[in-house]
Order: sequence, then structure tokens, then C-alpha cells
Amino acid sequence: MPLTIGVPREVFAGEKRVATVPEIVEKLIKLGFAVTVESGAGEAASFDDAAYRAAGAQIAPDAPALWSAADLVFKVRAPTPAEIGLMKPGTTLVSFVWPAQNPELMQQLAARKVTVLAIDSLPRTLSRAQKMDALTSMASISGYRAVIEAANAFGRFFNGQVTAAGKIPPARVFVAGAGVAGLAAIGTAANLGAIVRANDTRAEVADQVVSLGGEFVKVDYEEEGSGGGGYAKVMSEGFQQAQREMYARQAKEADIIITTALIPGKPAPRLITAEMVRSMKPGSVIVDMAGEQGGNCELTEPGASVVRHGVTIIGYTDLPSRLARQASTLYASNLLRLAEELCKAKDGTIDVNFDDEAIRGLTVIRDGTVTWPPPPPKAAATPAQPKPAGAAPAPAKKSGHGHGGGEAASGTTLAAMFGVAGVLFWLIGAFAPASFLAHFTVFVLACFIGYMVIWNVTPALHTPLMSVTNAISSIIAVGALIQVAPPLGGMTAERPSGWILGLAVLALALTAINMFGGFAVTRRMLAMFRK
Amino acid sequence: MSASLSAIAYLGAAILFILSLGGLSNPETSRRGNLYGIVGMTIAVLATVFGPRVTAEGLPWIVGAMVAGGAIGLYAARTVQMTQMPELVALMHSLVGLAACLVGFASYIDTSIAFEGAEKAIHEIEIYIGILIGAVTFSGSVIAFGKLSGKIGGKPVLLPARHWLNLAGLLAVIWFGYAFLQVEDIAAGMTPLIVMTVIALLFGVHMVMAIGGADMPVVVSMLNSYSGWAAAATGFMLSNDLLIVTGALVGSSGAILSYIMCRAMNRNFVSVIAGGFGTGEGAAPAAAGAQPAGEVTAISAVETAGLLRDAKQVIIVPGYGMAVAQAQHTVYEITKLLREKGVNVRFGIHPVAGRMPGHMNVLLAEAKVPYDIVLEMDEINEDFPDTDVAMVIGANDIVNPAAEDDPTSPIAGMPVLQVWKAKTSIVMKRSMASGYAGVDNPLFYKDNNRMLFGDAKKMLDEVLGVLKG
Repeated sequence: MPLTIGVPREVFAGEKRVATVPEIVEKLIKLGFAVTVESGAGEAASFDDAAYRAAGAQIAPDAPALWSAADLVFKVRAPTPAEIGLMKPGTTLVSFVWPAQNPELMQQLAARKVTVLAIDSLPRTLSRAQKMDALTSMASISGYRAVIEAANAFGRFFNGQVTAAGKIPPARVFVAGAGVAGLAAIGTAANLGAIVRANDTRAEVADQVVSLGGEFVKVDYEEEGSGGGGYAKVMSEGFQQAQREMYARQAKEADIIITTALIPGKPAPRLITAEMVRSMKPGSVIVDMAGEQGGNCELTEPGASVVRHGVTIIGYTDLPSRLARQASTLYASNLLRLAEELCKAKDGTIDVNFDDEAIRGLTVIRDGTVTWPPPPPKAAATPAQPKPAGAAPAPAKKSGHGHGGGEAASGTTLAAMFGVAGVLFWLIGAFAPASFLAHFTVFVLACFIGYMVIWNVTPALHTPLMSVTNAISSIIAVGALIQVAPPLGGMTAERPSGWILGLAVLALALTAINMFGGFAVTRRMLAMFRK
Repeated sequence: MSASLSAIAYLGAAILFILSLGGLSNPETSRRGNLYGIVGMTIAVLATVFGPRVTAEGLPWIVGAMVAGGAIGLYAARTVQMTQMPELVALMHSLVGLAACLVGFASYIDTSIAFEGAEKAIHEIEIYIGILIGAVTFSGSVIAFGKLSGKIGGKPVLLPARHWLNLAGLLAVIWFGYAFLQVEDIAAGMTPLIVMTVIALLFGVHMVMAIGGADMPVVVSMLNSYSGWAAAATGFMLSNDLLIVTGALVGSSGAILSYIMCRAMNRNFVSVIAGGFGTGEGAAPAAAGAQPAGEVTAISAVETAGLLRDAKQVIIVPGYGMAVAQAQHTVYEITKLLREKGVNVRFGIHPVAGRMPGHMNVLLAEAKVPYDIVLEMDEINEDFPDTDVAMVIGANDIVNPAAEDDPTSPIAGMPVLQVWKAKTSIVMKRSMASGYAGVDNPLFYKDNNRMLFGDAKKMLDEVLGVLKG
């Protein structure tokens, strides 16, 4: 029997997002589900009930009606105790849950005998799971919005301009933490024309920073900062010292600082001290995206925008919700991908398949049993093991391109080659008659000339080279020519002239095909090579 | 014309041939290089015809044969399509091989040339070797022609114990060679000579039959080399230095090309000649290689056009598939359109892309792609990280990251075009079938890779349509 997906109105104060949008409703119905949306659910994100109805959804008048109709609930924020009370046993809930931070919520949900898929617990390193990764889509929206908030609070242009009245320098933006949100912020700020610098403890993201138009600022200290799963880890004291100095320098220069540094399961690192805020130019802006976890800046007030020492410090914790229509659409798309994974048969039923690594990771409660945390991912999922040092460099050496194939030969092979050549030369010199030696000399020297000349041929012309050498090799015609009718001078008696003539004329005709054809086709080809 | 005069003429011809090959170092000078070749050949032929070794009564025969052959050659050169160049070249190699055989037999039965003692033995060895190389070149080239033109299946045909068969053939050739030197009169010598010719012909067939489609660049250049050695052997046989020099030039040219092709596949010459990939003993490592897992992301022609339009840097990597689909003209139309819009489109050519060395360059040149945006692998590989879209058209093994990442892969160590370093790579392919080497390609499963399935020509026409619209 097809299941009903219920989408309630978000009750969390200030939350404007909604878990599905009309466009996605149609696709969910195609998967075989029925969709019921609570009246007014999409209002804050500019989707009205009529749009949902037009897409094929039922509209439930209020929350109790919705929750009782729904077998599968799509939500943004974790449910409140009141909402949990409305859930019927056996319901499957999909939303943000943060099981590590909310043990009480987990207990209440488990007591209700429901199944909970926490979209925040998705194993993010699984490439297959990326299409469902709501954390990434929300983070990228936050990064974009952070720059927009900063631009709003900042009293100057972002891009440098030369006006009739004089030159305006571009804004300098510093982004701390180049995760998804940080990269989105870098890209957005660079597109607005600002000079963007960024730092991250994970040195491998430097390329991504540069590719988005930013400049990567390194901390002058050697330490590897990847903590597994694509997150950063806590760094050593020495590193933190060097990092603080770097941040102090950047704070003095930057007009706008956007901080996104988070370490999973820990309070956000304090990167920007009150001292650094004081050193900033008046009118500067700090957007602290880690507000919810305590903030990267000492003076951040989570959820609010304050002015301290002339610097606007924005600590909004609802950045995605401030771009509600976009955030809802992306979140709905992520949930659609999840629904596709759950409902492979497209018959409107779901299968919480624990053999599927992505689904296993997502499922934090199954039928009232807490299944979080999931078992550690299989070793195969982390292919980034450092290679054994000895094996890797060897083949790399071979690929060195250069002229002259013999240059790679080692001393012993070279000696052996000269030895063999020496023996062969001695044998030829000892036994061959003088007339042969004359030809042999010519032959060997011609081989060397050929070797030198051919290495200079550009690879683009290798096909013409083959066709021209082909034409030239029809020089065999000379051999046939002298057999056709040589001056015989009395020795004609035994010579089978007829046979020889036949063979020679045939050989001549064949080589003539080659000669004319080869040169002509080479000419035709070379005429095509144009600048 | 005296003997000295014709000898000097030969020297001039040899110099012109060297200049001809030297001219190919650069497309600018290459046209003049070809002209040098033509002039050299004309001098050589005229000096021979009017030289002391040809009498007037042969002239009608000579003119007749040259006109007939020349007409066929010019007709073929005019009508051949650029995608068929490998076949034409292979066919021409076979003609050289056959001509060398015929000249060898004619020389053997010619009683007007008589030697004594060691000179006689050397002359006979020269004849024997000349015919041997000529016959191998002939039959090998005919089979290569058949394979390249699709008249014979491209799959390697491997006889059981084929290495032993080859060895037995070699021993038989040596044995008959010994017998050949022992005989007194010409009639008795014909038997070992003909038996050896048959063995050589079979050896040529067997050798090329065992080689698969994508190893063809090596085979074609190897046969090119053989045709040169056949000419050089004929030169020894006839005591003609011009043939020796020219043969040596052509022979070393082919040998270097074979070497370059082998290096581009990170395989050694012997293993290419000994047989195809993924067969016999070679099968074990192929199975051991880790199978890439994950999903491929397919896109449509419309999305491809969008990606190309939004890109600043585009690198196109063509392969044999482009030649098969005859898509080079559409590729150029797209390139022209994008370049007009300010997109920097360039081409990256792997040395073994296609079926003969330089195959892709010729196809692109035919489609009027300017040669200064067609770059070699070594020139362009480091530019991929700065590239927005890398478009792979009908190529597979030459863009396989496993060659660099997976030491157990059968193609490990082969230099490849690093298309996966581009921001997005698009692979145009007819299906998910693996490439010639039989190795799955992890590139297809990368997050930044998109697959555009379908016939290359048809898909590119659609892309072009969208770009124009």
C-alpha cells in the first residue's frame, strides 16, 4: 500500500524553511507516494497552499490532522516534544536530529516506537550519498548568505572601481575555514569583486580556494590537519600559536571576516579575540557562522548582530532560513534523492535497508531501537591511504620525456650493448669481404643519420612522416629498373630474361603506386596543416 | 650518363631524402620537405633509367609500368579519406614488401651477376634475408590492412603455443637458409627459397593476427620500419648504396616511431608483438585490480552545451572513437563557435590515440583545426587543473587514472592525459564497455565526471545545434 508523506509546518521560532516544495511534490508522487502538506507550511518560503495543491498534494488543515495522516514525515528542524506527542507509532521521520547533541530527544523518539532518519548523520564521504547531503546544501547557502549579510552591513563597495572622482579600493575579505560554507563564501565574495583570502587547517583545500578566486594563506607551522571524514581536527598548541599570529595579521588588513571553523562534537574554536576585533578598521564586519556552537569570535552574540569597537559582528544562526525559498528547494531535492534510495521499486513503499551504507548511517532509530552511532564504515570507504613510499616514485621516473631513447640505459646495459656491438663488428671485419664492408659502413652511418633526423620530427606530423617514408622506400624501384633490361654483353644464353623482365616490371609497377601515391597523399595531408 | 655521374646523382638523391625527413620537424617546413623527397626520387629514377645499367630496349616497359602504377597511386591518394589513412599506409607497406620479394627472386635467377667464394655466399645471404623481410612485411601489412579496414576482426587471434610456432618457424628458416647456401645450381636453390618465403608469409600473418586493435600504432610503425629494412637488404643484394641509405633512413624512422608508441603505452616492444592485452599470462593482474565502485552521472547534449558555453578553458581529448564516428568536422565547428565566444579551446593528443602515430593530428588538420591549438600530451598535461571542461571523445585507456593510481592495473605506469584534474570532465562514449586494455576506467565514476552516451557524431551535432541556438 502506498505510504503518505506528511510535511508539517515548521514550529521552531523564526524557521522559514519547509521540507518540500511543489516542484518536488510532483516527483514524490511519481515515486508512488501520496503527499500531504500542512496548511501554511510553505508560506514563509513563498510557497502557498494552492501551489502544493496544484502539484497534487493534499492539504491538512492543522498539525494533528497532518501527523495522524502521515506514514513518513519530512521535516527540517527536529520535532518538539509536542510534535512527538502527535506521532503515531511506526511512523518514519526524516529531519535534522543531531543525535549526539540531543540525547533527550532521542529517548523521547525511541519511546514513541518510530523510525528516525537523521539527515545530519549521513556518511558524507560516500560519493553516492552526496546527492542527499543536506548539510552540504545548507552550508553552501549559509556561506552565500553570510557574504550577503556582510555586504549589507558593510558601508563600502566590494569591487574596486575607478570613478571620475578617484579610485575606490576593493574590499578585503578573509574567510576562516574553507569547508563547504567557507568555499561558498569565497566564491560569492570573489564574484562581488572583493579580494578574498582564506585559511584552513587542512592544507589540501588550498587548490579549491584558489580555483574559486581566493588566495590561500598558510599558517607558518608544519602539521597535518585532516581529522577524517572530511572534517578538521583540534590542532597542537604550537600550531595554534602560529595560527593566532596569522589571524591577528589578517584582522588588521581585512574589511570583512567570515568565520566558519567547526570541529565536530566540540565547541567552535576561538579564532578571533577581542584584541583582534579592536585592531580592525571601524566599519568592518565579522560574520560568525559558528554562532550556534559558541562562535569563532570572542564577542559574538549567537543569533544577533551587534556592534563592538566599531565592528559589526553578525552571529545569526539561521542563515539558511534567511534564504528560505532556495534552502527549501535544495533541502527538498536532497530528501527526494533519499526517497528514491528508500523506494527503489517506485511503488510508494520504503525499505530501510541496513546493508546500504548510506541508509545505515542515516538511521538513528529503527522501530523504537536506538541504532546510533552506526558501526564504523568499512575500510574500503577510505581509499586515501598513503601509498607505500618505495613503490610509487619508480614509475614516475620513466615518464620523463626527452630525445634519444638510450639516455635511460644504465651503465651496465650500456657496457653490454657496446660489448655486443664490438663482437659483431669484429666478426664482420674478420670474415666479410671488402666490398661488403663499404656498403656496411654506409648502412650504419645512414642508420645514425636517420636516428638523429627522426627524433626532430614533431609528433603531430607522425602520419605524414610514415607516408613520406613509405614513398621514399619505393626507392626499391631502382632495383627493379636495373633488372628490366641490363646491358648483358654476351651472357644471354642462360639468363631467363622473360622471367626477370616479368618480375621486374611487376615490382616496378607496385613501387610506382607507392611512389606517386605516397608523395601525393603526403602533400595532401601537409596542405591541411594550417595555423 | 656515366657510372660516376649516376653515382653522384644517387648521392644527391640521398641528401634530398635526408632533408625531406628533416623538413618534417615543423609543419611550416614540411611542405618543402615533401618536395625535396619528390625531387630526390625523380633524380634517382632518372639517373637509373639513363644510367649504364639500363638499355634503351627496356624503356617502353619502364614507362608502361610507371604510368600504370603511378595512375593507381595518384588515384588512391586523391580519393582516400583521412580516417582511412592507416589502411592506406598499411597497404603501401605491403607493396614495398612484395616488390622487395620480387626483386630478390629476379636477382637470384639472374645469371648475369656472378660472384665467387665469400662474395657469393654473402650475396646469397643478402638475397635470402631480403626476401625474408620482404615477405614478412608483405603478409603482415596485408593483415594489418585487413584489420584496420575492418575486413578482419580487430580481436587478437591467438593460436595455442604460438611462441613455439614462431620459434619453430625461425629454426626452419635458419635450416633452409643453410641448405640454400649449400646448393650449386639455381634450380635446386629455388626449393629452400620458396619454402622459406612461405614460412615468412605465414609468420607475418600470424604475428599481426595476434595483435589487437589499439596496438595497431605499434604494428603500423613496425611494418614501416620493416619496409625500410627490406629496401636496405635489397640495396646490399644489388650493391646499391642509395637503396642502403634510404632503407636505413626509413628503417630507423619506423623503429623510432615504434619505440615512441611503446613508451606511450608503457609496454615493451616484445610484449606488444608477442600478443594482446588480457590474454594468457597477462590475465591475472587484470582480475586483481580493484574494481572502481560508484555511480556514473549521465548528462544530455543540452547540458554539455551549457557546460561548454560557461567554461573559459576547454581541452578536447580525441580518440579512435572520433575517427570511427567521423566527428572531426563537427568538433571543429564547435571549437570555432566556442573560440569566437572567447572560450580557449585546445586539443590534447595522446601519442597512441587512433590507429597510427599522428592519426588524430591528421584528422583535426583535415577538419581545418589550426595546428597551434593541437598540443601533445606532455605539453598540455599540466594545464588540466586550470581547465573548466575536459571533453573526451571516443577515448578510454589514454585517460584512465588507474594508470597512475593503481599499481596493480594492467596499464599501470602508462602515461595518460589527466582529464580528471579538470573541474569537469565529459566522456563521450557509446556505452559503458571497457577500453581495449579491458580495464575498467575509474574516471567514469569520479564526482566531477559526466558521461554523454551515444554516437559521437550525433551527440556533437546536437551540442552544436544547442550552441548555435
